[in-house]
Amino acid sequence: MKQSLTLGKVTKFMGLGFLSTLKDLFTGKLDKEDFKTFLRKTVVPIASILLFIGLWHMGAKSLYNIEANHKIEKALTDQGQEAADALRACIASGESGCQPNTLPSPSQVWDSYKSLLRDHNIIAADKAAFIEKTAALNETRIAQGLDPITYTGRPSFVDQIFRSLKTVFAGFLLALFIAVPVGIFIGLSPTLKSAFNWFIQIFKPVSPVVWYLLVFMIVKTLLIGSNEDSSFTISFISVGLCSMWATLVNTAMGVSSVDKDYINVAKVLKLGNFQKIFKVVLPSSLPLIFTGLKITLSVAWMVLIAIELLAQSPGLGLFVWEEFQNGANDSNAKIIVAMFVIGIIGFLLDRLMLTIQNWVSFDKTDAI
Amino acid sequence: MSAIMDNKREASLVGNGLFPSKDVMLDLKNLKKVYPTPKGDYVVLEDLNLQIRKEEFVTIIGHSGCGKTTMLSMIAGLNPISGGNISVLGKHIKGPGPDRGVIFQAPSLMPWMTTLQNVMLGVNQVFPHASKAQRTDIAKYYLQKVGMEDSFNKRASELSQGMQQRVGIARAFAIKPKVLLLDEPFGMLDSLTRGELQDILIEIWNKEKITAVMITHDVDEAIFLADRVVMMTSGPKAKIGDILNIDFERPRTRKSVLEHNDYYKYRKHLIDFLEH
Repeated sequence: MKQSLTLGKVTKFMGLGFLSTLKDLFTGKLDKEDFKTFLRKTVVPIASILLFIGLWHMGAKSLYNIEANHKIEKALTDQGQEAADALRACIASGESGCQPNTLPSPSQVWDSYKSLLRDHNIIAADKAAFIEKTAALNETRIAQGLDPITYTGRPSFVDQIFRSLKTVFAGFLLALFIAVPVGIFIGLSPTLKSAFNWFIQIFKPVSPVVWYLLVFMIVKTLLIGSNEDSSFTISFISVGLCSMWATLVNTAMGVSSVDKDYINVAKVLKLGNFQKIFKVVLPSSLPLIFTGLKITLSVAWMVLIAIELLAQSPGLGLFVWEEFQNGANDSNAKIIVAMFVIGIIGFLLDRLMLTIQNWVSFDKTDAI
Repeated sequence: MSAIMDNKREASLVGNGLFPSKDVMLDLKNLKKVYPTPKGDYVVLEDLNLQIRKEEFVTIIGHSGCGKTTMLSMIAGLNPISGGNISVLGKHIKGPGPDRGVIFQAPSLMPWMTTLQNVMLGVNQVFPHASKAQRTDIAKYYLQKVGMEDSFNKRASELSQGMQQRVGIARAFAIKPKVLLLDEPFGMLDSLTRGELQDILIEIWNKEKITAVMITHDVDEAIFLADRVVMMTSGPKAKIGDILNIDFERPRTRKSVLEHNDYYKYRKHLIDFLEH
């Protein structure tokens, strides 16, 4: 039975159903009942986004005024009337040097976003030119058995996003490869469960910062003498260790709560351990394992920022920290840009996991 | 009335295990099941003796909670024996095994597998030396027998309960067990589907003649399918209360059974026992 794959089905499958309603609106396929769902599912979220931006704008404006008045007042008491007037004029003129430092407005954030993209384009062009220039030289160097020359310039914002994604995926895979097998063993054997339970209970609530320090202690020693990029290794291992617990606990629970009927079938057929695990236990606990993996990925993305900051790994976490330390005129706006980027990527990662989960799950009642 | 008297006499003989041992497939001797509870032991079954001959179809009826399912799962090896023993062809059973196929009350198909994969799961296990094509043929043959030839590649989760139980029947027969254990396999189905599945079961059984023990709550089902109907007393300490021989000729049709003179006599006998 061949079923057609429509946009509507795909978007629903990915948990992005509102997109297809939007499409129906433009193709004129909406009737009255659909229009109500359209109102609820598309218009209301858009209205709430606009409301949010409006409130943000007003809040930023009032914070701006408080900060500006405070600055002028301070100039007045410290340096006298003349300095205060000069500062007032400077602030009103919009000159960047004397602007009050507070919550940036939506338009400032948007401008920063555009300037970050411009910056990225400049750096990307620079990098491409460098690679082109050194291509011939690198070939001869490789032929001679020497290390090729690599670009060592400042990473752009987009580079940092990719660095963060790379770290989070490495950490996620580490968590997957530790937590799922261990979870299966713990779930299958009550003895192992009681042996490991204290371990899980004690280490699960440990803060990301402490995990980072622990990993740092160990990896620093292990990597003595190698010139590998230890900040990446340390941050992805820390991310993996922080985030694996949800998967570990969920896998163990899924495996130990497989329907008794399935286990009886496996017993009657005298399936070997390997067959029993791969044909019966694992498929049946996949939904719970995936719930765990979804939590793991979102936790990994959340702790990543703090860990990159500590590990000085040049990703989004370090970006936020450096902008904060930097204290330049548009630093605050850049931090907010990073905040939105982090949030949106986190959302997309969650959707990605949901899509994979629907893909592998056996309960396809309303999927494709 | 005399037919029933004869039946009773034979029941007492059978209970003492007087079949020639070469004819006996399944032998339950002084079987006992005890569940420990905080208030002391709860004895479910005690001194239960039953012999089932080769190629015999036996149905077991009794009130809910009398220990029928406990007994069946002990024969399957899924539930440990507290006392006495169970033997298949003279050999004591140790745990579950594919020589005793089970059809569970819930179809218990793996919902993530197709119907064919579900049947293959057992076939692969029992015929490891056959080629893949041969094993697939076996699985397909039994799926055809239960009328599922159009659904080899459907996932079990897409099938209705009745369809799933058909696959359950195919899975049990395909591993060619010595004994087939059926735990109220049609209890969850509506009466139309139930009749359909009874016909399928008896048709495939007529060909294979695998010794079968089936639990049921349905008196008509018990008579239609069985060579002997075993009645269990209510628990605790349940045992065999009575055994009724059903002397209809095989192969049977539902119509011929319902029109047979003895049918209502058998039915009354069973209902009298249950209402006593």
